[in-house]
Amino acid sequence: MTLSRRRIAAIVRKELLVYRRSLSIVVTMAVIPIIFIVQPLVSVFATPSGSATVLRHHHELLYMLAIPALVPALLTSYAIVGERQQGTLEPLLITPIRREELLLGKALAVLGPTIAVAYVVFGIFIAVVALFGAPGVPSALIRPADVVVQVIFTPLIASAAIWIAIAISTRASDVRVAQQLSVLASLPAVAVSTLIAVGVIHATLNLAFALGVALLVANRLGWRLVSALFQRERLIAGIR
Amino acid sequence: MSYSGPALSAEGLGKRFGDRVAFADVSFEIDQGEVFGFLGPNGAGKTTTVRTLGTLIGPTAGAATVAGVQLTPENGVEIRRRISIMPETPGLYGRLSVAENLQCFAELYEVDDPSARIERALRAVNLTDRAHDPCGALSKGLRQRVALARALLNDPQVLFLDEPTSGLDPVASREVHELIAGLGHSGVTIFLTTHRLEEAERLCDRVAILNTTLRTIGRPQELRDRLFAKGLTVRTLAPLREPAALFGPLPAVESWHQDDDGGYLLGVSDPAVAAPAITRALVAAGADVLSICESHRSLEDVYLELIDEDVEVRSR
Repeated sequence: MTLSRRRIAAIVRKELLVYRRSLSIVVTMAVIPIIFIVQPLVSVFATPSGSATVLRHHHELLYMLAIPALVPALLTSYAIVGERQQGTLEPLLITPIRREELLLGKALAVLGPTIAVAYVVFGIFIAVVALFGAPGVPSALIRPADVVVQVIFTPLIASAAIWIAIAISTRASDVRVAQQLSVLASLPAVAVSTLIAVGVIHATLNLAFALGVALLVANRLGWRLVSALFQRERLIAGIR
Repeated sequence: MSYSGPALSAEGLGKRFGDRVAFADVSFEIDQGEVFGFLGPNGAGKTTTVRTLGTLIGPTAGAATVAGVQLTPENGVEIRRRISIMPETPGLYGRLSVAENLQCFAELYEVDDPSARIERALRAVNLTDRAHDPCGALSKGLRQRVALARALLNDPQVLFLDEPTSGLDPVASREVHELIAGLGHSGVTIFLTTHRLEEAERLCDRVAILNTTLRTIGRPQELRDRLFAKGLTVRTLAPLREPAALFGPLPAVESWHQDDDGGYLLGVSDPAVAAPAITRALVAAGADVLSICESHRSLEDVYLELIDEDVEVRSR
């Protein structure tokens, strides 16, 4: 099976245009990162320079891995069920597009902005800490290993959250249900990153490697699995 | 992508959803360039038939060929490349402009020179001046026209129009009719589903009437001839004193009855032979003849006759 880049790009372009013109989507993309940047900033600024060594035992930066887990959950949950409710799914499926192309286009359209938002927020956090943190705090908090983990795991976590949300959107019959389930489904990722950030789960290179490989495999399988779940007949005829 | 043979053919095609039969045992052949009307009441299976032929739904019985390609799951992409379907609801992205909607679909069809194709499609539906309007701000009639433009982007060999004038006012309906007639003249094969009979009568070369199963198929005139005896309507200034004595002996008249408007409906085998004989008899009887004309049975009469038969059979 050969996938058409042109058709995938058409879906990505269309999705990005719709996002840009939808205020609720822009607000959603902005609010969640703000929520997740406040707690670490408060924690950092409440730490006097004498207590900076405490931060060395935590991975406060990794707390922000919740952003790529949550942002796409809300956006992607609309992907299929929203088109269906709006009556735009049938015209799409009438074209020669393959389900794999449609789903990949939908996923990429969310992945790009999610990664961008997550990196920008992360960059702002680093800059604020470096510029305004008490002496000793920036060096204790901003460790190269955590930065690398953040950079590598952001797309991996976002992709996993996207495939889960698309799977839910493919099976759900209502947008609100899809959104609620998608947020619920992203909570385990948020919980794990938070537990690592506060030191409950001990972060090691082996753990990072294992989680990275697991996410890579899950993302590859996710695309296949969601494609299998996507049945034109069920979606068009509305049968269960 | 030219092909020989019919544009569409179905042989015993059917679709069930569990115990429910959507449509069954549908067989027909549609020539290239033909405008074919697919009529039936709500729930008759028209839309499901279109979706089946358009590869959105798999048939549970029978076989079909669409634009020269066998209807199988493996051929779905190839068939969808050759056809277009305009669904009953336009399904446009309301936040995007007309041109942006069409751009997306031109890319999905991978057409050469999308801008020129969009321009041509917009010109075909008289919407070039609305290209940059958001679709959400258009009236229902204009949205239908955008949907029609979208369906034309890939130069389809077979164009399925599913209730294209549903919910439109008479003026908007007439505009869509003119567009469809224009497409028909340009040689596109059109499969038009509708329950508006005047629409089918006006636009279609042949029609089929579906009520889960195919009830009949043919040219509107053929269907009328098949179902109804030929007749003449006679109108006189005053009611005839003894119509039975006047019409009964005439060999050309097979039956007669008076209609609600005071006219006389005569069943005849050949109107051309019967009309002069009846005129002579009326004049001889001293009747003041206002008119003698051939009774016109509409497609609606054919439709109602067949659907009423179904209702009677089901109620037994």
